[in-house]
Amino acid sequence: MYVVACIKQVPDTTQVQIDPVTNTLVRDGIPFIINPYDTHALEESLRMKGRYGFKAAALSMGPPNAEAALRKALALGVDEAILLSDRAFGGADTLSTSNVLAAAISKLAQDDEVGIVFCGKQTIDGDTAQVGPGIAIRLGFSQLTLVDRIEHLDFLSKKIRVRRKLEGRYEIVEAKLPAMITVVRELNRPRYPTVPMRLKAAKGEVRVWDNSELKLDPNSIGLKGSPTWVSRIFSPERSKGEMLGDGLNDPKGTARLLVERLLARDMLAV
Amino acid sequence: MQPDPVIFTPLLAAACTIFLWSCYRRFSLVTVGAAEDRFSNTWDRLQAMFVYAFLQKRVVKRPFGVNHVFIFWSFLILAVANTEFLISGVFPAAKLSLLLPAALYQPLLFAFDLVSLFALAAVVIALVRRAVAPPYKGARTGEAFAILSMIGTLMLAYFSFHAAEIALGHEPAAHVMPLSSLLAAALSSLSPETLGTVGVASWWLHAGVLLFFLNYLPYSKHMHILAAIPNCYFKGLGTPNTQAREEFAEGNVYGAGSIENFTWKDLFDSFSCTECGRCENACPAAATGKPLNPRLVMHDIKVNLLANGAQLQRGGVATVPVIGEGEGSVEVDALWSCTTCGACLNACPVFIEQMPKINKMRRHLVQMEADFPEELLNLFENMEQRSNPWGIAPGDRGKWVGGHEVKPFEAGQTEYLFYVGCAGSFDSRAKQVTLSMARILDAAGISWGILGKEEKCCGDSVRRLGNEYVFDKMARENVAMFQEKKVTKVITQCPHCFSTLKNDYRQYGLELEVIPHAELIEQLLGEGKLQLDMHEATGGNIVFHDSCYLGRHNGVYEAPRKVIAQATGTAPAEMPRNRENSFCCGAGGGRMWLEEHLGERINLNRVNEALAGSPGTICVTCPYCMTMMEDGLKDRASGQTKVKDIAEIVAEGLKGRA
Repeated sequence: MYVVACIKQVPDTTQVQIDPVTNTLVRDGIPFIINPYDTHALEESLRMKGRYGFKAAALSMGPPNAEAALRKALALGVDEAILLSDRAFGGADTLSTSNVLAAAISKLAQDDEVGIVFCGKQTIDGDTAQVGPGIAIRLGFSQLTLVDRIEHLDFLSKKIRVRRKLEGRYEIVEAKLPAMITVVRELNRPRYPTVPMRLKAAKGEVRVWDNSELKLDPNSIGLKGSPTWVSRIFSPERSKGEMLGDGLNDPKGTARLLVERLLARDMLAV
Repeated sequence: MQPDPVIFTPLLAAACTIFLWSCYRRFSLVTVGAAEDRFSNTWDRLQAMFVYAFLQKRVVKRPFGVNHVFIFWSFLILAVANTEFLISGVFPAAKLSLLLPAALYQPLLFAFDLVSLFALAAVVIALVRRAVAPPYKGARTGEAFAILSMIGTLMLAYFSFHAAEIALGHEPAAHVMPLSSLLAAALSSLSPETLGTVGVASWWLHAGVLLFFLNYLPYSKHMHILAAIPNCYFKGLGTPNTQAREEFAEGNVYGAGSIENFTWKDLFDSFSCTECGRCENACPAAATGKPLNPRLVMHDIKVNLLANGAQLQRGGVATVPVIGEGEGSVEVDALWSCTTCGACLNACPVFIEQMPKINKMRRHLVQMEADFPEELLNLFENMEQRSNPWGIAPGDRGKWVGGHEVKPFEAGQTEYLFYVGCAGSFDSRAKQVTLSMARILDAAGISWGILGKEEKCCGDSVRRLGNEYVFDKMARENVAMFQEKKVTKVITQCPHCFSTLKNDYRQYGLELEVIPHAELIEQLLGEGKLQLDMHEATGGNIVFHDSCYLGRHNGVYEAPRKVIAQATGTAPAEMPRNRENSFCCGAGGGRMWLEEHLGERINLNRVNEALAGSPGTICVTCPYCMTMMEDGLKDRASGQTKVKDIAEIVAEGLKGRA
């Protein structure tokens, strides 16, 4: 049985800047990382591998350089790393992305049954949280989002019980396998690669599937398969607030201004 | 009254054979360790052996060491007497008094007589000291008392044998043996028969204890008698804090997770340890109740080698793990408690290298097991991904510059590279030090530039934490960049950057002239390039705290003190633990990035020591020390005492400052 983790290589957003003229992301020289939520999805798939002996597969759709993310997954211990890369996949929104990922999972299932697909709850670049559910719908898998704990897994009755972390409450739900699970960071603590595994991964195989393998309708993938367009990206204008002094070079002056302001509004007791 | 050689000869032969066999078995165990070259520089090594083993230069650094010198030299001199004693037991005619001319043997016999008394006195003092004020808790072991008692017994037996001989008139050289003669006078009332019995009994007692001692040695901590002298010969000649590189290739193992992963010298170290406890007494982790005790690290390695060595020699595998619980294994928490301050290395009289072994075990945990305290996961990812410990955007590295005019480093255009470091670039407190440094450099008319966004972390923390793989990548990148940019002279303000660039990068073929800021400022003041208004630094009364990586690891002790004296007109106050005996702030060895859950906080211990002198300012030379001292002061709510970097103290005195 396969346990699959879908991972995405994203720009390291602490370093992302928006070009003030074109309103687009400045991507030059920005390092890429595995979407942080996906590292927890990957970790959970590896724990399932360790506990139940599943085969762990990592999938990623992206340009050829996304191979780096899959190589890291190999270093962490996945058995198969598959890059879904084709110019035809480019410009995809969440709909066409989930088409491609679902097709890849189906192709994997020809090899062996897929029991669970793990995804991060969302990516830090797109923030839509739509791809995981999209995969579930297309494959007819149970859809379990925002999971922070796997409560129980029963192979005989093919059932899984998980805890979902919702705003202000938890929800414990049971579902049939196969299931697609999106995970939150509280689920686990990702592992760190050992050096022997890193070295092995550096030489390991990352398989590349393009559309000649997936055989998807060209109209359902890439830009053509994407009904969503981004018309503009912009930083929201600050409606309120002001910068007090020059905090970088004169922190003391800034602190004094702040205290004066708070005292004036009677928000600080002396 | 000479014992019968027919009885003694086979006894001696058996004792010597067993002794040699024991030595061979024990010492050959070190061959299960990996290779390491400690054979170069013969002349330097001989010198070190002479100074440290024979002159005991480090032993006498603690007051009680003088007592050891007496025992050691008595032992050497009496080795001649004991050799004669044993040989004459086989060949009664083979006596110095019969073989050598009087001019030679008389002084010798006189020396033996006198030295035996010294040794006896030293042994009695050592016994009393161990009973009354032991060097460390748990030092009152039966083994220690037994060994001292045996040496004492040897001396007593020596005297009573010779006294009996003299009293019987059998000793022609009695006149050169004043102490034995004195005792002989006391025994003179005894009958010749009784004297004969005393003589024979004493002879056999001496022989018995001597042969037993000889055979007990290889099985006791007193194996140091055999191992310590060569251990001084094989000492690390470079800076021992610079751990060896590892080669990353498939099939290799990294660090030491099993006893055979250590080198032969690591294992030999464990035989050289006599558990004097000096490392333990110097260790900041041990002093603050943490599970690390460098003495026990060595003890556990030795116990482990004894447990696993024989089966490894037969081609088997080790069964007792070197990291784990119980005697013979070092606890994981002990390994993570080390600040790599080097106090143990400095304290050991025979140059045992405790800290590098801890690093090797960390390397195993991190690289083979990916097992480390969870705080480090972020650190490792941040270092690898963004080349700084906090994970701040690398593009923000140059932001400390603010509105100031700072040139980028360009070979030919700028003489020095000012390597700001992560703390100096990102930490808000350390950034103030960076600005002070910039002002000093400009005031002195130095031609300097920075790498700005292109600067990367030196990798100190990851290396000390055992993540050699990531360090190796970082070091290669930095070395390549320095070479490409033709950097030759570097100014640092962080001792960790300093030591890494200077010592660690040398392993990558990069020879830089790296100048720590304290030394540069001292130089500039000396050359009259900095004009200072002599002033009392705010709060007056400065106490100086040594940074481990500037001080103990690199020997820079006096420069910062001279700078303070010149900048303020007054030499800094000293804490009781200063210079090579300084006490770590608690942040070295990557401890900066770890929580301190166990025992007392190291920084509080040090801050309490500093506050004892009611200083106005604690002067530091390291951004980590700065953080730890400031945090400690906050915890102590100490009022007006401030922490300042030496650059800030100097910058305050710059003439014409804005």
